[in-house]
Amino acid sequence: MSTASEVKPEARYIDALGEGMALALEEDERVIVLGIDVGAGGGIFRVTKGLHERFGDERVIDAPISEMGYVGAAVGAAMTGLRPIVEIMFMDFVGVCMDPILNQAAKLRYMTAGALEIPVVFRMQTGAGRSAGAQHSQSLEAWFAHVPGLKVVLPATVADARDLMLDAVHDPNPVVFVENRRLYAMRGDAEAERLPLGKARVARPGDDVTVVTWGQMLRECLSAAEESEASLEVIDLRSLAPLDLDTVVESVRRSGRLLIVHEAVQDFGAGAEIAARVGDLLFDELRTPVRRLGAPAVPMPFSPDLERALLPTSKAISSAAEGLKAEG
Amino acid sequence: MSTNETAAGSASGTATEEFDLFATMALIRAFETRVSELYRDSEIPGFVHTSLGQEAVAAGVGSALADGDYVATTHRGHGHCLARGMDVEAMMAELFARGEGICHGKGGSMHIADPAKGVLGANAIVGASLPLGVGAALSSKLLGQGRVSAAFFGEGAVNQGAFHEAVNLAAIWDLPALLVCENNIYAEFSDSRRMTRVPGVADRAATYGIESETVDGNDVLAVNELALAAAARCREGAGPFLIEAETYRWHGHYEGDAQPYKPEHEATAWRERDPLVVSRTRLLGTGVAAEQLDEIENQASTRVEASIERARQLPPPELEEAYADVYGE
Repeated sequence: MSTASEVKPEARYIDALGEGMALALEEDERVIVLGIDVGAGGGIFRVTKGLHERFGDERVIDAPISEMGYVGAAVGAAMTGLRPIVEIMFMDFVGVCMDPILNQAAKLRYMTAGALEIPVVFRMQTGAGRSAGAQHSQSLEAWFAHVPGLKVVLPATVADARDLMLDAVHDPNPVVFVENRRLYAMRGDAEAERLPLGKARVARPGDDVTVVTWGQMLRECLSAAEESEASLEVIDLRSLAPLDLDTVVESVRRSGRLLIVHEAVQDFGAGAEIAARVGDLLFDELRTPVRRLGAPAVPMPFSPDLERALLPTSKAISSAAEGLKAEG
Repeated sequence: MSTNETAAGSASGTATEEFDLFATMALIRAFETRVSELYRDSEIPGFVHTSLGQEAVAAGVGSALADGDYVATTHRGHGHCLARGMDVEAMMAELFARGEGICHGKGGSMHIADPAKGVLGANAIVGASLPLGVGAALSSKLLGQGRVSAAFFGEGAVNQGAFHEAVNLAAIWDLPALLVCENNIYAEFSDSRRMTRVPGVADRAATYGIESETVDGNDVLAVNELALAAAARCREGAGPFLIEAETYRWHGHYEGDAQPYKPEHEATAWRERDPLVVSRTRLLGTGVAAEQLDEIENQASTRVEASIERARQLPPPELEEAYADVYGE
């Protein structure tokens, strides 16, 4: 199903995000957008451009540089009737406002036996590859996927930027919504098939190696699939929580090989969880060990040359997949 | 402090009003006295923090709020819950970790809540009640709910960033937030006067451009008059107001804390100003019979004892409860 939308095919990811928020604001007056510079300024990346003009001061609200305060207030507001979309400008900044997410939003439904509902979307922009340095480049999605009570979605396509935004706003749970800024300028099909939040998409069918990924790395994996001598089945998870393991398992049953690719640091990353689960379920059906590709365990350096050397590339993905195929 | 004229004096206490306030304090006293003993005897698990000695703040503010008003409170929140009319039996069952507890045995003392009564919950993170309470005030304002949101916090919380950020947000957004500081002198084990150069919590309000007033937190009538005026002010759209209620924590930071850090005689002096004694003395002066007040206290004890007997008989939660309510559909 596709949403009635002003986003035309070949729209940009960033516009689809704005369109998702605009649709949410339009259909439900309880929805507000809250964050630093999201108002008349339109946000530092211009993701909320035009929303303030359309919906006004009380719906699109500029916050002071006070993440703990306004993210906490968004959680309190979600408990009492509003449906806030709250922006954390860089995912790295979540360090100063973790309590409202970790201890409040994720826990209060449970601790009140369902008496409180917390429909809040935490938008976080992330992504290495722009020389932004160690405090503006981290992919921390595994932190949130580790906390019961949170959903974690990572749209990798233009259509998902809009559709997952709407799904996140409609969801009765707190949703961490991760946007990779290297995708902002990406153009793509805004009318692609709509899947529910929690369902992975087979982005490209293939036979030899199942490649599981999410976020910005989807593009690298699809390029790798183009270039590789092996036939790759690329799965875009779309969300880590919920985790659509069924789609992964179904694919690995056919291919017998699994490669997990993410931009986040590989050590203790979400890839480890997926590898463990697949290993547990399909030990006898795997032709080779499960492999992971992620960033090495170092802070992201400023130097563009160093940074480039640390991030998985389509070439590295393609070689890893070919290596798996050669192994067995 | 800065706004005696604005906040105080618009409501005048009568004996009837104080009689009800006394009854609320008696209930809190009876509840927490027994909870302290039950915790000591290992009948109640987990961590328990009591507000014995601070009952006038809970009763005075709680009674000043209207149906639908929000309350975000702290780890020391039994009194606020009781003052907002939460069910004694369901609360006691929760403290006993029973399936019929108000939170199905998944919250406990530190997280006890009843959103149907506006109580968004006790909270085990110091300072967390402030952003949450301010967020509830934001809902009230943007959705036109006409509700006041009261955020309780201790003076120990004002050195947390959450306090400063939340007060500033309430101020710039002109929210109907009643910020209630219970200054009981101790931030966990530490004399909070050693933890800041700013003498009063109310003084800090001015730095955010909001009004505030300090009140004798052991005088329930004074607290109630101030809270009534401040809540009315919030409801009229005049923005947030900070109350600093000066009081004293009789027990330790948590039950079982022997309080070696407190100077001798300090507690004795404060116990002479027991909020129930202060109120009783005034009520007797207005012609209320001592027997009437004794009867109120007896009724409170009977109600609490019945809740304990019931809680003892209840089964623990079913195992499925552990897996329920993590996510909503």
